[in-house]
Amino acid sequence: MLLYRSVQFPSLQISILSSIFPSILTMLSLFAHLSLTPSSRPDNPTHNPKLHSNPTHLRKDPILTRQQNEFDLAGKNYSGAGASPEEERSSIPDGLRRELMPEHVAVIMDGNRRWARMRGLPSGSGYEAGIRAFRVLVELCCKWGIRVLTVFAFSSDNWVRPKMEVDFLMNLFEKGIKAELDNFMREDIKVSIIGDPSKLPTSLQRLIARVEKNTKHNTGLHLVVAVNYSGKYDIVQACQSIAQKVKDGLIEPEEINESSIEQELETNCAEYPYPDLLIRTSGELRVSNFFLWQLAYTELFFSKSHWPDFGEADFVEALVSFQQRQRRYGGYK
Amino acid sequence: MESQSSSSSQTTWFTYFVAFLRKCIFMVLSRGPIPSHIAFIMDGNRRFSKKNKLMEGAGHRVGFSALMSMLRYCYEFRVKYVTIFAFSIDNFNRRPEEVQSVMDLMLEKIEGLTKQESLVNQYGVKVRFVGNLQLLSRPVRLAAERAMVATADNSKAVLTICVAYTSTDEILHSVQESCEEKKEELSALEATGSGPYGLLGPNSNDKEHKECFINSKDIEKHMYVTPDPDIIVRTSGETRLSNFLLWQSSSTLLYSPLVLWPEIQFWHLVWAVIDFQRNYLYLMGKLKQQ
Repeated sequence: MLLYRSVQFPSLQISILSSIFPSILTMLSLFAHLSLTPSSRPDNPTHNPKLHSNPTHLRKDPILTRQQNEFDLAGKNYSGAGASPEEERSSIPDGLRRELMPEHVAVIMDGNRRWARMRGLPSGSGYEAGIRAFRVLVELCCKWGIRVLTVFAFSSDNWVRPKMEVDFLMNLFEKGIKAELDNFMREDIKVSIIGDPSKLPTSLQRLIARVEKNTKHNTGLHLVVAVNYSGKYDIVQACQSIAQKVKDGLIEPEEINESSIEQELETNCAEYPYPDLLIRTSGELRVSNFFLWQLAYTELFFSKSHWPDFGEADFVEALVSFQQRQRRYGGYK
Repeated sequence: MESQSSSSSQTTWFTYFVAFLRKCIFMVLSRGPIPSHIAFIMDGNRRFSKKNKLMEGAGHRVGFSALMSMLRYCYEFRVKYVTIFAFSIDNFNRRPEEVQSVMDLMLEKIEGLTKQESLVNQYGVKVRFVGNLQLLSRPVRLAAERAMVATADNSKAVLTICVAYTSTDEILHSVQESCEEKKEELSALEATGSGPYGLLGPNSNDKEHKECFINSKDIEKHMYVTPDPDIIVRTSGETRLSNFLLWQSSSTLLYSPLVLWPEIQFWHLVWAVIDFQRNYLYLMGKLKQQ
């Protein structure tokens, strides 16, 4: 009789199996989840006692050593010695197609402090390792013909960090920009800084103005560095500019359209103002008030690596993922 | 006849049993924080139709059933705000037949929302339609307005349906409203003889004047969708926002399961909540820093 009922109502049996089994699986997973504490997040040093227990071993980190050998603060040129720009630009890795390369890549360089904590190092070492990873990325973008690279160096939300850390970062920016100025000119890199400069140290403000002026006619990679920047700040400052025009009678409120806002955004300084690809490192699945308006149709890629570990292989992985996506912009396939 | 009634009783006990399992899972999850606002980008309906060789538009119908199930699960989890991205302004660029088919489906389903036995009334959900509603055809717009009126007294939860919506259009609308408001304030001050210096002082420079004129709180006041979502779920594996809740998503967890929208199941929601809970302490720490 039971067999007859199974045969007669197979869809019911299938429904039961297809609903109960995953629910049981979900419950088992929940119990597994509850046994995990928040400290099991990878960024907590107590999660991996092997990393935490032997700081001496960590100081011989092969990645740090390799990066230190490749680049130092005096700065090596981005294209590498001996190769012509055309030869370098033709050296796109296998698996990537030149015609599908993004024009504008944006990067949230997250995870410097967690990287340092995992190795028992001070935060400053994390930021310095991050600078080295940044240089690798700039080199790759120059080689592979990416037109605009935006990096988020300091968010307007980061002022709440300890003063010592903020001062260290400002100092690092200043030293880094000074060290790279010759390289920017040699590699034909145009540099723009976006964000509110008013809270930055005066010496850094002067240096920013100098580097922007000196590189303004360069025609290679456009490097946009966001310092004291946030997506909401950019939209608000654009709206304030528009509101000023309304107040001055230059424009009526009903004449304001999306183009009016786009023209006033600070990213309008770039030939390709909107990123095609945004990469965020360290596994955080959010945009954290970095670009907002500009991200309307941007492909997002979240890498689990912390920023100092983000190298060529990770960048290729992000580009491969980008090139496989179908961008429809809400319309046809 | 007897076999049909025993089949329906089996279906009933099975439905109760599955609902009981969901309740158990909710009790377990409730030990941690439950998100108060979840947003959905319901992507993959057309791919579902193609994959299952269905007629055009069938994927959207199955997608609607999936939506109803997902809303039920959210309200069982006591998620107070649910926002769905039903139709983008960019979607008007699709083939006219497809657009019409989606509009017809929306009209049919919106009218279903206002029925007494509908899910929204069962869970006390207030329905809001937001977006540039003037772009909709008159029947759809009127149906949406009727649904909003019919559910205005519901207060247990809020369902925000973004239709003819893009985030850039929302921000633009908010900026226009803010500019109008400020212009009226300034005109009122000038009429009383205080002038713009009533707000600023005679020695203000242009920058101070600009800062007083408009700020992020003014823009947020006029946004369609509040509060900010805790999770944005986008199905079909695409990892982009497609002009949805750009302003509101700055601290939102983005969850992109590979499943197509019509195939989304209860455990996808469970995993989204688990992910939210795993990131919650870290995010709260960061928000406190700000």
